[in-house]
Amino acid sequence: MSRRTVVVVGAGPAGLSAARAAARAGADVTLLDASDQVGGQFWRHRALPGGGTAPDEPTFHHGWGTFTALRDVVATHPRVTLLTSAQVWALERLDAGVRLRVLVGPADGAGREHLTLTPDALVLATGAHDRTLPFPGWQLPGVTTAGAAQALAKAERVAVGDRVVVAGAGPFLLPVASSLLRTGARVLSVHEAATPASMARGWGARPAGLLGAAHKAGELGGYVGTLARHRVAYRLGEAVVAARGDGRVEEVTVARVDARWSPVPGTERTVAADAVCVSHGFTPRLELAVAAACAISPDRFVVVDDEQRTSAAGVWAAGELTGIGGAEAALAEGWVAGHHAASGAPDDAGLARAARRRARSADFARRLDAAHGIRGGWTSWLRDDTLVCRCEEVDAGTLRAAACATGSADLRSVRLTSRAGLGPCQARICGRTVAELVGATEPAPGGDTGSAPAVPDRRPLVVPVRLGDLATLPDVPAADAP
Amino acid sequence: MSATSQGAGPRPLTITLDGRPFAGTEGQTIAGMLLAARRRSWRTTSVESAPRGVFCGIGVCFDCLVTVNGSRDVRACLRRAADGDVVETQHDPLPGVTS
Ligand SMILES: Cc1cc2nc3c(=O)[nH]c(=O)nc-3n(C[C@H](O)[C@H](O)[C@H](O)COP(=O)(O)OP(=O)(O)OC[C@H]3O[C@@H](n4cnc5c(N)ncnc54)[C@H](O)[C@@H]3O)c2cc1C
Ligand code: FES
Repeated sequence: MSRRTVVVVGAGPAGLSAARAAARAGADVTLLDASDQVGGQFWRHRALPGGGTAPDEPTFHHGWGTFTALRDVVATHPRVTLLTSAQVWALERLDAGVRLRVLVGPADGAGREHLTLTPDALVLATGAHDRTLPFPGWQLPGVTTAGAAQALAKAERVAVGDRVVVAGAGPFLLPVASSLLRTGARVLSVHEAATPASMARGWGARPAGLLGAAHKAGELGGYVGTLARHRVAYRLGEAVVAARGDGRVEEVTVARVDARWSPVPGTERTVAADAVCVSHGFTPRLELAVAAACAISPDRFVVVDDEQRTSAAGVWAAGELTGIGGAEAALAEGWVAGHHAASGAPDDAGLARAARRRARSADFARRLDAAHGIRGGWTSWLRDDTLVCRCEEVDAGTLRAAACATGSADLRSVRLTSRAGLGPCQARICGRTVAELVGATEPAPGGDTGSAPAVPDRRPLVVPVRLGDLATLPDVPAADAP
Repeated sequence: MSATSQGAGPRPLTITLDGRPFAGTEGQTIAGMLLAARRRSWRTTSVESAPRGVFCGIGVCFDCLVTVNGSRDVRACLRRAADGDVVETQHDPLPGVTS
């Protein structure tokens, strides 16, 4: 009898953990990641010749030992096939299961190799990316997401600027500021939109409540110490409301915000900076889950049960895709998902331990949202000429006019009229913002699989694919084994 | 740059952007090399001809597109630089992609 085949997409904390658990439970596992290294966003690291490790690598990461253990397992386990530089660009639903289309080779390269997989079970662990709310001037070079600053620091020891302002919402701003300092940048200040009162609601009344939150305590405490040593101010209830400059950012305007994140008039001040790194949270990479017709919650996460099983037959999900809980949660969820995808024994002791770790992390996700969740007042820092869609360069005024003209909150007609969200990023950056600005009520995807609702996450192709690559696509009969 | 734990440092490499040389080391992305040299933008947008460089840094926003060795629409934040890569800035009505 042939062994059960499990494909895991994404080799971050969730995917690595899922691949190990599935192999341990006896399945034949294929682990895919678009990047040419494993580790995902959390364990992004310097790529050195021969796979060497930079001596300072552990100082940029938490749980580096956990990572190297996982990496060694997936690299050497006889039942795990690891494929890096492997971009899944389409997912089709079959009568039983799914078919994945993969291109293997350098990022966006021409002539990459085609691969088609039809596994018995699929684990989606595609993670999340930063969500950055628009503000006047956010399209200027030098304005980046906080994740971009973190990625460049962790992978290349490159600082995105010399005089940097970090802003947005969430504890993620702290490791970003810390990494920037380590790569030699001067961090001028960190501005957290959450007010002291909502911080207290999420993390407890003591100012140090944030640090008391379960497993994150040591990690976040370390960052706060680093900021204090470098005399970097961590200011609550403040936001970057504008950036200005000639061809690149030269100064930013910071203002106090109220509990709803509306700027308080008269509190604006200007800071000279050559970079500003802004994130207001994370948004999951849903396209494969949507293509698989997995049910999506109203707050746009993949819905999973206790076994990390989605509503789509044969598809499991883990990590940031199912909720923003950090790397610990992703590791625990991955364990559970991989084990069940491989049809592992329900009374497994390792499974029980992973489920307990997952339960502990759930509290972190709740606190995170209570303290730092986006509040509606931010729209009052928009001006009519503030770009909302960066690709098609559609501003807030045009968007509102389109919403009025179409006389409805139908997202699809607003997008077609204004062109917002129709550019190369396929609304990944602006999709949720556009929907919120025009007050569109979106049907949750996945429920109705026959039609194609105008949700920002439904994309026929997961990434743009070269015409030449489509032309060489092998026609694969549905019965093909992976 | 620090050495690896094996003692062998990453090899230096050079690319050009519109003919201008940029130095870096093996394992760096094209975007990382340009940013390290304080270069902030390398694409101009279609509508407003405005400059763009890195925004998301992880392949999501498509702001950082460049032409590499004649091949258009390569995300500079994802593509590892190879020694001698000929990189060109892009200004285009719409990238030559399908969707
Ligand atoms: C840029 C960035 C930096 C971050 N840095 C930190 C940090 O320093 N500290 C922290 O606590 N949290 C950080 N986070 C939050 C982070 O998302 C989580 O801590 C953690 O990495 C989540 O793990 P995951 O396994 O769910 O997803 P990820 O780590 O995001 O892994 C998902 C993987 O899936 C791959 N993938 C996605 N789609 C496809 C596809 N179609 N085909 C093939 N592969 C695909 C991606 O390449 C990626 O490697 C960061 C987030 C971002 C966006
Ligand atoms: S910076 Fe966003 S895709 Fe490269």
